[in-house]
Amino acid sequence: MSVSIRVTVNGQEHDRSVEPRTTLADFLREDLGLTGTHVGCEHGVCGACTVWLDTEPVRACLMLAVQVDGRRITTIEGIASGEALHPVQEAFWAKHGLQCGYCTPGIIMSACAFLRERPAPSREEIREMLAGHLCRCTGYHFIVEAIEAAALALRSSHPRSP
Amino acid sequence: MKPAPFDYTAPSTVDEAVSALSDAGDDAKVLAGGQSLIPMLALRLARPTRLVDINRIAGLDGIREASGMLEVGALVRQRALERWAGPRSPLFSEVLRHVAHPPIRNRGTVVGSVVHADPASELPALLLCLEGVVVARGPGGERMIAADRFYRAPLTTSLGADEVATAVRFTLPPAGAGWGFAEVSRRHGDFALIGAVAMLTRAGGGPVTRARLAFFGVGGTPVRGLPAEQALEGREPTPARLAEAARAAAAVLSPDDDIHATAAYRQRVAATLAERTLGAALARCGGRT
Repeated sequence: MSVSIRVTVNGQEHDRSVEPRTTLADFLREDLGLTGTHVGCEHGVCGACTVWLDTEPVRACLMLAVQVDGRRITTIEGIASGEALHPVQEAFWAKHGLQCGYCTPGIIMSACAFLRERPAPSREEIREMLAGHLCRCTGYHFIVEAIEAAALALRSSHPRSP
Repeated sequence: MKPAPFDYTAPSTVDEAVSALSDAGDDAKVLAGGQSLIPMLALRLARPTRLVDINRIAGLDGIREASGMLEVGALVRQRALERWAGPRSPLFSEVLRHVAHPPIRNRGTVVGSVVHADPASELPALLLCLEGVVVARGPGGERMIAADRFYRAPLTTSLGADEVATAVRFTLPPAGAGWGFAEVSRRHGDFALIGAVAMLTRAGGGPVTRARLAFFGVGGTPVRGLPAEQALEGREPTPARLAEAARAAAAVLSPDDDIHATAAYRQRVAATLAERTLGAALARCGGRT
């Protein structure tokens, strides 16, 4: 049994036919070739496959591709503007917020959404958010610093009116 | 692709969903948020022949407060209730903050967590503490199932295989009630090893008029702390009496040993958490819930 779906990924519309048991993560990687979304545990624990459904982060391994028919998905490939990295990506590069890089796309997708809701988070809040992501290199200190630096960069590029 | 093959249907009404479940016998599962079901499919702990996806049904995403009840529809995401609770209910805010992580709460539903019935999850215990009901629709129509008759065993409830839980209703604490919530887990967002939620009301600064306590992670289902409730109601809530009530409630629990903690540890921590949550509830009496 196959189901036809139409989904917008990173601004581009795709029509595909999928088996209902195909997860969104497998659909993005195997049907669309968007391998920036990483697959770690495939049962919702590690956070590596986090993408945005509309504007909210979700686990791509915990949704079926058939469920995103008619919806809008953004992956790590969709957040830079041309050659210019997203400020959160830029901060991870500048602060050495990644080692092997496997967990990085998921953390960045979560961090972007987190910083929209909490533009000036405390270290404790950053760590609470990171509890939903596993870094097997255990490089959490630099990840926390990268997210702090990204928060600062985002606040200075979009200063709030007095 | 890790899940075994299944037949998929996404009905647009609750009645169609009920028919799709009835037609499939005992072998169909409802898919709402999918944050517990999809991992079970991936690990092949569940192999339903049919998934009935209720996400396209209109009218199940409402949060309504009426006559002392809070009704939460089957498609209300945990994150949506968390946002609703932000300016309104410190109790619901605190409980929901402990349910997994934001990306999970963005999809996971309140009703789904209640119905999935993991004995270590927070929302079933909250439903029990607030004497809530599950609203179920089946081939014979709608029925209400009280929380204390809903949970039977781990992942097992009195909901029929051909019924859809369309909403849950929490009884909102009366004005002036105090609340307490605490859990012990390995990391923030993990399933709790042990947890407790409590609610107290007092007559002025006098005796306790109503006490409610529920534990999670201490057995096959969430458990009401009835001995503590009975020990406190009608009496002055002195620190010694709270401690005694907490010990009495923990003494009748029968938790299991598992890889994470021994039964003896769970029982001892349950007593401590009961005392802390009852103490916090007492301190908050007269404030907001």
